[in-house]
Amino acid sequence: MIGFISRRLGFSILTLLVVTFAVYVIFAVLPFDPAALTCGQHCNATIVHANRIRLGYDKPLWDQFWLFLRGIFMGRTYGTGAGAFTCPAPSFGFSFNQNTCVSTLLAQAFPITISLAVGALILWLIMGVSLGILAARNKGKFLDTASSVFVLLGISLPVFVTGLFLLIWISLKWHIIPIQLQGYVSLFANPFKFGEYFILPWITLAFAFAALYTRFTRSSILETSGEDYIRTARAKGLPEKIVLRKHTFRAALAPIVTMASLDFASLIGGAILTESIFNLPGLGNLTLQSIYEFDLNVVVATTIIAAAVVIVMNLIVDLLYAVLDPRVRA
Amino acid sequence: MMANILEIDNLRVSFPTDDGEVHAVDNLSLSLSAGETVAIVGESGSGKTVTSLSVMGLHNPNSTSLSGHIKVHDGEKVVDVVTASREDVRLLRGRVVSMIFQDPMSSLHPYYKIGNQLAEAYLVHNKGKKAEAKKRVVEMLDLVGIPEPLKRANEYPHQFSGGMRQRVMIAMALMNTPKILIADEPTTALDVTVQAQILTLLKDLQKEFHMGILLITHDLGVVAQVADRVSVMYAGNIVERGTADDIFYRPMAPYTVGLLNSVPKITIGKRERLPSIQGQPPSLINLPTGCAFAPRCDYKASAPAGACDESLPLLIGANDNHVSRCHIAEANRATLFAHAGRE
Repeated sequence: MIGFISRRLGFSILTLLVVTFAVYVIFAVLPFDPAALTCGQHCNATIVHANRIRLGYDKPLWDQFWLFLRGIFMGRTYGTGAGAFTCPAPSFGFSFNQNTCVSTLLAQAFPITISLAVGALILWLIMGVSLGILAARNKGKFLDTASSVFVLLGISLPVFVTGLFLLIWISLKWHIIPIQLQGYVSLFANPFKFGEYFILPWITLAFAFAALYTRFTRSSILETSGEDYIRTARAKGLPEKIVLRKHTFRAALAPIVTMASLDFASLIGGAILTESIFNLPGLGNLTLQSIYEFDLNVVVATTIIAAAVVIVMNLIVDLLYAVLDPRVRA
Repeated sequence: MMANILEIDNLRVSFPTDDGEVHAVDNLSLSLSAGETVAIVGESGSGKTVTSLSVMGLHNPNSTSLSGHIKVHDGEKVVDVVTASREDVRLLRGRVVSMIFQDPMSSLHPYYKIGNQLAEAYLVHNKGKKAEAKKRVVEMLDLVGIPEPLKRANEYPHQFSGGMRQRVMIAMALMNTPKILIADEPTTALDVTVQAQILTLLKDLQKEFHMGILLITHDLGVVAQVADRVSVMYAGNIVERGTADDIFYRPMAPYTVGLLNSVPKITIGKRERLPSIQGQPPSLINLPTGCAFAPRCDYKASAPAGACDESLPLLIGANDNHVSRCHIAEANRATLFAHAGRE
C-alpha cells in the first residue's frame, strides 16, 4: 500500500512539473511582448525596457521558467533598490493590470470557487444519486420515467438558461432570494448570508450535473444488479434492502466516486459560465477577465492551478479506489 | 424410500420477453429426498436453470409467472415456494435450501473479505451471534479443504484460485447446514482435475450433512459420477426420468439416446466426426403442438404415422420409477435404442 501511494505520488509530481512547463512555454512563445503589456497608457521604450529587466523577461526562457518555479516555493522579488517589490510564496508573478501579486488575486477568488464547487457537488450528489437509486429500483415504472424527464431537462438545458431563469423568476419576479449585489461572506462569518449568496449558483450547477448523475447511478446500479455476486447475496437469504445497500450499492459506488472527483476538479478550475451569470468573483471569472485584458501572468497561474487540481484529484481518486476496491491494492 | 424434502408438482414457469412469452418450464414434476442426488440434464435453454432458480425463489417476481407447487420441507413445516410470501421464501434461502453457481470467479463479492461473506450467510439466519459465526467460518473453510482457514478468511476473493473459490462457495452454501443443496453446473467453469475434487467434496459433504443435492448439469460424465436419479429435460419438459442406471443403460427417450451418443468416446477414429444431435433446440416462445423433439428425432419413422406432430407424448413407463415421453411403443424402443452409447 505504501509503495502504491509513493509511486502514484511521484508520478503526480512529475506530471505536474511537465504540465507547468508546457503551460509556461505556451504563454511565453505567444506573439506578445509581455513587457509591453505591462506599461499602460503613457508608454515609451524606456519604461518597457525597464519593466523587461525588472520582470526578468530579458533572460533566456529556461532561466525565466526556473525563476517562475522558484517563485512558487520561495516567493519572488522584482527589481532592485527603491522600486523593488516582493510577491511572497507562493508567487505566480505580478499582475500589472490589477497592480498586485497574482497570488493575492488567487487568494481572493479561490474561496468563492471552492464554496461554489463544494456546495454544488454536495447538492448534485444527493439529488443525482438518490434519484438514480429510485429510478433503478422502479425500473420501467412511473418514477423511472419521471426521472428520465428530469434527466432530459437537466442535460438539454444549458447552465446559462437555468441560471438566468432562476435569476429572473426567483430573484426578480418572486423576490424569494434578493439579487446578490454585496460581496461574498465567509461561511464561518455568516452561514445564512453565505447560503443566500450561493444558493442559486449551486442549484444552477447542480441541476445540470444531477441529471447526469441520475442517469449514471441508475445504469451503474442496474448493471451491478445483474452481477453473479448479487445473486449470491440473495441466495444467502439476505433481505432485499441489505442486498441493495451493502452489496449492490457498494460495487456501484466506485465509478460514481471517480466521476464525481473528476467533475469536481474541473469545477475548481472555474465554472466560468455560472460565475459569469451570477457575477461571482471566482477563478472562472478571474480567468475570463484576464484573458480579455491579456493579463498573461494570471492566465498562466489559473491554467496551472486548474491542471494541478485535476492531477491532485486523480491522485485522490486512485487512493480512494484502493480503499474501495481491494483488487487495486495488490 | 426416504421422505421427500423437496417436491415439485406440475411446475410451469413463463416470463415475457420482447419477442413474446417464453414458456421456460412446462409441467415439471420432481422429487428429492435427504441424502439423495438428483440430476437435471439438458442442453442450454432446456429450462434446467430456470427450474433451480424457481426453487430458490430467485426468479424475477415482477415478470415471471409460476404455477404448480414447489414444496420445501422445513422441519415439520412445508412451504410452497410458489404461493408463500417473498419473506417466507427468503427465510428458506441459505437455511433450508442453498445454491452454488456455475462461475465461482464472479459469484463472490470482490470488495468483501471471504470470512465476512461467509459470516454474513450465517448471521442472516442467526441474528447477533457474531462469535459463533466466526467460529463457524473457520470450521467450514477447514471442512471444504481450504488450508490455513484462519488466515484465508481474512483474504479477498481475488486472492483465491477458481477451484478454491468454488470451495468457498460451497462453504458459504453450507453455513447453516441446509437440507437441500442446488448445484447449478458447479464444475463447468473449472479445470478437469479440479472438477473431480469438487465432485468428491460434494459427495463427502452430502454424507456428512445428509442433504439432498439437486444437480443441474449438461455434463453426462458428472451425472455418471454422482447422480442417484436423473431427469432429462428438453424444451422445458422432462422427457425421461429414472435412476442413473436406467438413463445410462436403458434409455427410453430418443433425446436421451441422442445425448448419450454425443458423448465423445476414446475409441473414436482420428478422422471420424463427433456424433451430435442434428438441428437446434426449438424456441420456447412458440412451441409447436406435438413432440418438441420430433423435428430432430432419428426414430420418428418408427412412431405411428403423424403421432409425433399431433401431440406431446405422456411421461409414462411400465414402471413408475422409469418414465419417458415417446410415441413409439415401449416394447419396441428397447431394441431400437439398444446401440445407445455406454460409458
